[in-house]
Order: sequence, then C-alpha cells, then structure tokens
Amino acid sequence: MRHTISVLVENKFGVLARVAGLFSARGYNIASLAVSETMDPSVSYMTIVVEAKDEKVLEQIKKQLNKLIDVISVTDFTKKEHVDRELILAKVKFSVKEKAKLENILNKYAGKIIRHAGESAIIEAVGDQAQIKELLEALNNVGISAFIRTGRIALAY
Amino acid sequence: MIGAQILLECLKREGVEVIFGYPGGQVLPIFDKLYDSKIRFILTRHEQGAAHAADGYSRATGKVGVCLATSGPGATNLTTGIANAYMDSIPMIAITGQVKTSLIGNDAFQEADVTGVTRSITKHNYLVKDVKELARIIREAFYIVSTGRPGPVLIDIPSDIQLSDTEFIWPEKVDIRSYKPTYFGHPGQIKKAAKLILASRKPIIYAGGGVITSGAYRELEKLAEKIQAPVTMTLMGLGGFPGTHELSLGMLGMHGTAYANHAVMESDLIIAIGARFDDRVTGRIDVFAPYAKVIHIDIDPSSISKNIRVDIPIVGDAKNILLELISQIKGTPDTSGWLKTVAGWKKKYPLSYKDAGKIKPQYVIEQIFEATGGDAIITTEVGQNQMWSCQWYKYDRPRTFISSGGLGTMGFGFPAAMGVKLGCPDKEVFDIAGDGSIQMNIQELATCVESKINVKVAILNNGYLGMVRQWQELFFKKRYSGVALYSPDFVKLAESYGAAGILVMKKEEVRPAIEKALSLDNTVFIDFRIEPEENVFPMVPAGEALNRMIEGLA
Repeated sequence: MRHTISVLVENKFGVLARVAGLFSARGYNIASLAVSETMDPSVSYMTIVVEAKDEKVLEQIKKQLNKLIDVISVTDFTKKEHVDRELILAKVKFSVKEKAKLENILNKYAGKIIRHAGESAIIEAVGDQAQIKELLEALNNVGISAFIRTGRIALAY
Repeated sequence: MIGAQILLECLKREGVEVIFGYPGGQVLPIFDKLYDSKIRFILTRHEQGAAHAADGYSRATGKVGVCLATSGPGATNLTTGIANAYMDSIPMIAITGQVKTSLIGNDAFQEADVTGVTRSITKHNYLVKDVKELARIIREAFYIVSTGRPGPVLIDIPSDIQLSDTEFIWPEKVDIRSYKPTYFGHPGQIKKAAKLILASRKPIIYAGGGVITSGAYRELEKLAEKIQAPVTMTLMGLGGFPGTHELSLGMLGMHGTAYANHAVMESDLIIAIGARFDDRVTGRIDVFAPYAKVIHIDIDPSSISKNIRVDIPIVGDAKNILLELISQIKGTPDTSGWLKTVAGWKKKYPLSYKDAGKIKPQYVIEQIFEATGGDAIITTEVGQNQMWSCQWYKYDRPRTFISSGGLGTMGFGFPAAMGVKLGCPDKEVFDIAGDGSIQMNIQELATCVESKINVKVAILNNGYLGMVRQWQELFFKKRYSGVALYSPDFVKLAESYGAAGILVMKKEEVRPAIEKALSLDNTVFIDFRIEPEENVFPMVPAGEALNRMIEGLA
C-alpha cells in the first residue's frame, strides 16, 4: 500500500542522499519524491510516497527517518485529513476537429493549454492521483506525445 | 588558529588521551600539530587496526575512541572498523583527511567520496567545507557519538581546511534541534510493565549491550534479585550481569546455553533491556517464545517492534528506566516453580565437552579464566574462538568481554586488545583468537612491540577456518571447501617482531604456558594446537526454532 509522508529536514548538502540512501539500504521503495524549500531557508520539506506492505514496515520507515540526525520531523498522512496534489505537463497532438473534444476534457479536469503551436499543445493540470490518472486516459484518446508529472505534495488540514 | 590546531585543541578539550592512526598526504597539517600535542599517538600498521583499536578502547573504558587516517585508501581502510562500531553502537570518532576543497569531485590523487561511502555505516558524518564550522562540528560529533544510542561519527577534513586560519571559538553548548534523544521512560508504560512483571510466573530478563552502555549493571542485578527472574544475555550483553550469579543463564541464541534457550521459549514474560532481537538470538522468528508477553526497554525506538511484536515498549535510557521500574514493583512475583524448572534444565543440559585426545579449546579458555582469576579483559576474533569465549569464560563485570557482535569482523580482537590495554593498563588483556582471524590483522604485532602494549594472544590453532568448517560438516556433507588453512610458525613470527611466542602441543602444557605468558612483560602469542574438528555446541541451525538445538559432545 502507498503512504504519503512528509519529512522536514535541515537544508544542508547531502541530506537528500541520506534519505535516499536509507530507503535503498533498508529495501524500502520510493514511489515519488518532491523536495522544496520552505519559508525558513534553513529547512527543506520532502514529500515522499512510499510503498509499505504493512503497518510494521511503515512504522520502521518513520522511525528510521527520525533517526537521521538531519531529520527534524516526520509526518504520516495515512490517518490525517489532508489534501494532496500532483502536477502534470503533457504534450498533445490533435487535429482541428478534435479541438472541441480536447477542450471538453480540459474543462472537466481543470486543465489548461499553456503553449499552443499548430496542432500541438502543451497542457498543464493539477489534481490528486486519481484525477491525473483519469485525465491521462482521456488525453490518450486524443493523442499524447510526451508527458511528465511531479511527485505528490501534501498538506494536512 | 589553523584548522589542524583547532582540531587538536577540540580533541584535548573533549578529553581525548590517545589517537590511533596512520599518516598520509592529506593529513600532514594534522600530524605537524600532533608533533607538539600532549595527546598520545599510536601508529598502527594498517588503518583497520587503528579503527578497531579505537573501538576496543571505547568498549573497555566507555570513553570516546578516536582514529585518524588520510584520504582515499586511508579512509576506505577504516570502513570495516567503522561499520563494526556502528553495528555494536560504539562511540567512536573517525577523522579523515580529504583532498583540498577545490579538487573535490575531480578524481584527484587519493580521493574517495568518504562521506558517501560511510553514510550507511555511521550515525552521522561531516564533510567540513569551512574552517569556521570545524569547532562546532567536532563538538557536535562528540555529542552525537556518545548520546542516545551511541555510534561512530566520521569527520572528513580537506587539507586546505586544515591549513586555513580562523579565530578559535569553543562552542560551550551543543544544541541540535533535530536530535533530542529520550532518556526517561514513559511513567505510564513503566507502571504497566511493573504490573505485568508482578503477574508473571515465568519471567526472564534478556539483557543486551544497552545495559553496559547505559551503566545499568547494578540496577539490572537489583531488578533480577527483586523479581527473582533468571537473566540471559546477548553476546553484547555479557558482563552486564554477573556470569557467576546463580540467576545467570549465560548467553542465549544460536550458540547460547540450552537452558537459556529453553527458558526463553517457555517463559511467560520477556523483559528485554537494551537488546534488539537479532536473528542470531531469536532463531525462527514466527515460533519464538510463543507464550511470552514482551516488555522492551531500549533507547532506540527503531529497535522496538522491528523483529518481534512488543506488548509494552519503553523508550529511554536503561539505567533511568530500571531505577523507576524497581521502585514501581511493589512485591515479588511467585517464580519459585519457574526457578526450579530452570535449575532442572541447567542440570540436564550443562555446557560440556569431551576432554580427551588433543587439547580442547574449551579447556584452554577455562584455564585462562582460572589463571587470571576471571579478572582479565577478554577480546575475541570471530568464529568458534568467539563462541567458546562466550561460553567458557565467566564475565562478572561490564566491559570485560570485547567482541565484534553485529558485524562479526574477523581480525577485530587483536587490534581491539591494543585499544583495551591502552585504556586499562592495569588489566591483563587476552585476545582469544583463531589461526584464521589472527592473520587478518597480524601486522599489529609491530604496533604492540613498538608502543609497548603488552597483550596476550591465545591462538586456538586448528588448521581450519573452524566455524565455516563446522557448517560445512553439519550442513554441506563435510565437503570442506576453502577452509583448510596454512599458517606461519606463530612462535617464530612473534619473535621476529620482538614479541614472545609459546608453542603448546599437550594438555598439561596449557596452564604453564598461560602462566608464563602472564609473567612476561611483552606481547605474547601462544599457539595452542587444538583438536582440529572440535565443534561449538549447542547449536541452533540457522532458521530453526530456538529450542531445536543440535546438542551433543563432539
């Protein structure tokens, strides 16, 4: 099962390597990872989506993260009310007669065209994992030539 | 002050008396300042020896051991010793030189990404990029190694930083916002534990290295006597409870005593203190101690519920928690029937060996115990020599059994013995070795002789890598592969270094040889030619239940 955890860390060189090294050394899987600065320049925020087969593994992941000297705190969103989002950029090729269809899809998923040249466009959309998945499936019917998505970010209420 | 001076000034203020190490191109400024320092420097013959010596010094004294090496190969040679200290939670500081900052990442001569290499085998590590941070980093490093669950910290110092000049400011206080170990157990949990203990009828205390680290030796003895529970120890816990105490069951696990293993399996309550339910201790995990509730006291939360389900976790320092727990236990559980059962196992399954034929290693260790009055500090290598040392020497005080537990590092015992002797010069120090292990760091003979470090080495010489041979005998149809071992003439070898050597071929020569070694003011190798195919019993085969032991006399 996938769990979203966020880790507040010291903003020092090598911290990402410590976190990533911990996951590989102990055989945990990272599904996605997003790192960003915070209002306090000395602190960074990592949102990690981990694959954990049971509660025990998830507990260990949290405890091991807490053991790293540079980790300030660990928050597990599994049992917390929260919002999570991913961002996607997709390059879509479409013919003129498909334009209406594309616009319909974008309306439904609150996506928008951010670059447009001829029959090719780059669109962006933000949503939770399920929404992004649906959007990708819908866009596939039009024709995606490339896409990229960020790791998940999450915030508790 | 330049960086090298700051380093030595900080080490002095941290109370460092001795550094084990080896010089090289990227630590020249440090060695130049060491020339004027009062800190004693011990030149080992290999950096691995330096790391193990610092580790042994730390284990025997409880102080922080320090080792020092140059960049690249010097640093990578330390890594086995660092991993060894990490697995056994030993406070040790490793200082390495690094190529100058402008060359880092350029594949410079003798460059290695040492903080990268050691990230997973240190509690923390630092690459110093600014001389102004050096004093704070060293202060933090000493704080981190010795607090919480201890462990090694590496400080990588580029040579230009060692030469950079800055004002020396000694940080009076250390405050790391992201590192706040828990020392006092949760009072509610301790109360619950006390209740569970009073309700138990078959309790057993399972004590690990954490008892020794936290200095909870007296408290453990008090608790055991108060609740009348037998005590078994892990390899790391030996000496944490008196081995000759009537409540002691000795070591448990793969080569533990049969009575300890039976007691754990039949118990209704396990009180784990500073131990981590390692696979060598639990045997097959799904059938481990099926009737027992578990109280687990440990300073490291990640040790709790890692391998087995725990009923009452208590995070904190063992000594503090035991003091509180003892005061909370109002009464004594009725364990008289249980103690009788355990005594029955002790009688039925004593440790034993058949004393016939060639010299038996168990006999040698018993004789070392008697000749030293149980007062020596024993270090070991890894393998059969180590297991026999666990079984046949009785450790009555903490920090008297020094052995590579978690990592199982052959070649540890001899350099560790040097560190022990320097930390405890008034004690007799014996390294109980095998003919295989001793050759893994035998170069340290030169260090012993040169620095007048008087240790005794008992080589249990069976011509084999004995523990591997034992596994091949028992589980691979006696197909001995890669285990027959040619060795030099250890007596001549020792003598060529200026140490003393004694060859022992017969049983009646064993005791006189030990006495002679003790009388010599020199490092002594005693080459005991023992029974070649003696096995360590009892033995729980890997993956078997703890009470499914292979018994028997070899």
